[in-house]
Amino acid sequence: PGSGPKSLREMPHPLATSSSEEMGPALTPSPDLLLPRSIADKDLSLPNGTPVDTSSPASSSSLLNRLQLDDDLDGETRDLFVTVDDPKKHVCTMETYITYRVTTKTTRAEFDLPEYSVRRRYQDFDWLRNKLEESQPTHLIPPLPEKFVVKGVVDRFSEEFVETRRKALDKFLKRITDHPVLSFNEHFNVFLTAKDLNAYKKQGMALLSKMGESVKYVTGGYKLRSRPLEFAAIGEYLDTFSLKLGTIDRIAQRIIKEQLEYLVELREYGPVYSTWGGLEVELSEPLEGVSACIGNCCTALEELSEDMTEDFLPVLREYILYSESMKNVLKKRDQVQAEYEAKLEAVALKKEDRPKVPTDVEKCQDRVECFNADLKADMERWQNNKRQDFRQLLMGMADKNIQYYEKCLTAWESIIPLLQDKPETK
Amino acid sequence: MEDCLAKKMEITVSEAEKRTGRNAMNMQETYTAYLIETRAVESQSEGQCAPVDSLWRRYSEFELLRNYLSVTYPHIVVPPLPEKRADFVWHKLSADNMDPDFVERRRIGLENFLLRVASHPVLCQDKIFYSFLTQEGGWKEMVNETGFQLKADSRLKALNATFRVKNPDKRFTELKHYSDELQSVISHLLRVRARVADRLYGVYKVHGNYGRVFSEWSAIEKEMGDGLQSAGHHMDVYAASIDDILEEEEHYADQLKEYLFYAEALRAVCRKHELMQYDLEMAAQDLTSKKQQCEELATGTVRTFSLKGMTSKLFGQETPEQREAKLKVLEEQIQEGEEQLKSKNLEGRDFVKSAWADIERFKEQKNHDLKEALISYAVMQISMCKKGIQVWTNAKECFSKM
Repeated sequence: PGSGPKSLREMPHPLATSSSEEMGPALTPSPDLLLPRSIADKDLSLPNGTPVDTSSPASSSSLLNRLQLDDDLDGETRDLFVTVDDPKKHVCTMETYITYRVTTKTTRAEFDLPEYSVRRRYQDFDWLRNKLEESQPTHLIPPLPEKFVVKGVVDRFSEEFVETRRKALDKFLKRITDHPVLSFNEHFNVFLTAKDLNAYKKQGMALLSKMGESVKYVTGGYKLRSRPLEFAAIGEYLDTFSLKLGTIDRIAQRIIKEQLEYLVELREYGPVYSTWGGLEVELSEPLEGVSACIGNCCTALEELSEDMTEDFLPVLREYILYSESMKNVLKKRDQVQAEYEAKLEAVALKKEDRPKVPTDVEKCQDRVECFNADLKADMERWQNNKRQDFRQLLMGMADKNIQYYEKCLTAWESIIPLLQDKPETK
Repeated sequence: MEDCLAKKMEITVSEAEKRTGRNAMNMQETYTAYLIETRAVESQSEGQCAPVDSLWRRYSEFELLRNYLSVTYPHIVVPPLPEKRADFVWHKLSADNMDPDFVERRRIGLENFLLRVASHPVLCQDKIFYSFLTQEGGWKEMVNETGFQLKADSRLKALNATFRVKNPDKRFTELKHYSDELQSVISHLLRVRARVADRLYGVYKVHGNYGRVFSEWSAIEKEMGDGLQSAGHHMDVYAASIDDILEEEEHYADQLKEYLFYAEALRAVCRKHELMQYDLEMAAQDLTSKKQQCEELATGTVRTFSLKGMTSKLFGQETPEQREAKLKVLEEQIQEGEEQLKSKNLEGRDFVKSAWADIERFKEQKNHDLKEALISYAVMQISMCKKGIQVWTNAKECFSKM
């Protein structure tokens, strides 16, 4: 597909297991990111200050991350747009399920056509996420809405549920689209373009079984002595962050609950004015007016609670999942570092006099450095997106409350003239 | 209404004070005393203020005054007192009579009562009422000396006792029905309103928790921190605002309560008419039967069955002298009865006339007052909505700076 420098493309993935050269889809850096102007503009050094050795293939990943264009891409510099919409119910003999239309518009060379429109179901998104986690282990993969819903409690086919899910799936793909590395992942490309995704999935599985070993690089079984300060700080931040989000989630739920109980009482309150109106002559219209007014406030309140349930709570929960994902990535990083340190120690214990460090330990070191760089870059991007997302979310919450009060205000203001009206003037 | 006392005299219940004393059974008790201040209204040109007179009264004295007025003017819809015990409370409000908020609302209610009486064309002229306002000592004795308790018809107290009245004035029957329905609907309204207030309180107060968690969250954020922190402050303001809002709404509840109790007063007037009509019908019935007895004695024929008739048949007839004596007594009774019936009839018609006049006056007052109450309620709601918009707009701005 691409037309970048051949040498780079032929390099094995820095984080791939050293034994396999013919492994599956490899990270293909975008040729765009290798434009001379970007290299010249950026300060080329690893996070810890050591200058980047651009000749080393192993550090290409970190280099590319350093060279990424500014995150806040405006419309003009964006070259990939993905949308999820148009949910449809499919009833088959075996099962009933929903598919969503995934539309792609792009100018990227990796895509054969400028536009694609495919139908995908939740399983397909789940498959994509797993594939991304496998193939991009150093990166934070955005979360998916919860897979399982308790049958009988939530109606999987209700409009509200489907719409909430659609929004979350749309967000999921947009986050991948915005990611300078993940958006070029081959599985992502296939997900967006393939007519028959199932065939591709099967092919992938076959390839795996042919290889006879998992693509997973994490060796496991190593324990990290101490997390470096900067990652410990990230870990602590995430812990507190998800704690606070959990609290906010509980508060929001409590508010919705109280609002619904308030609504129940209001629904009884309004009609009593109407009953009273039936007893009176001159006061009949004013009392009916008050009754109708309270009815309008009930409607407005119902809308507010619905909005909060459908728009606010799911996003909060999504971010809690997101922090959990990030914490897992941190743990994987710890694993990689632990493996490196263990191997380093093993070498140091050998009394032999070696001229240089063996290559597999060197490879471990590279892996650690790449992982650290990827993680920090992702964390920074995540922080920025998080700030924007929450800004939007909380402003939205404020907006909905303002709208609620405005609706009530209109209702009460409109009945003042009715209340003040003298029967003779009619 | 130039004769109205309210125009000549400024009346306020300006203070409330806790007192301790000994009650009728010589046990120590705590009660609240209210300061009634009165001042003659001087003509404006003088520019001088007349001196203020004042005296203390407790709730039981107000009750005594009202009982006196109800008995003495049964054809008047007598203004009600504020409730004796706190009713229709929602959880935050205290049901304790000594609670300062309750005392304060009662003070206002008592002042309102006095002003209502003072602006009533008939009631304001009452001497006992005037003394209540101006004479501290010996007022209780003065009231009791009027002997009004004797005039009180104990049957009026039996609210649900029915009397088979054959020809009541239809208007009063309808009005009694209306007052029953009014009491029922206002009670229902007050009960639900209290629950609504309770729930609304809950909604606002939970938002206060946002304040705390935003503050804690802002501590771990860099750029988002300030925006979150200041938004949290607005959430605290929001949560605190409900206290004043609901306190103001209590005044609306008090206005409704006044008319809940007024409905009782209205019902009492209808009942009085019923009783008078019943007495009238009973007296007419009694007169008719006496006339019949008279006729029977005179002609010797027994038209209706009577035990006396039977016994006299069985045990022998009376002597002509006895019969003569009996006739005479009966004739006297019939004459008395006819006079009584005449005066009862007159009384009844006067009552209906004057009661209906006051009822018309009351209806106008009620329509006016309740309209005002609904308007002020709507204004309160508008104010609450505006406050809500303000707070959330402020919070939105803080969020925008995140």
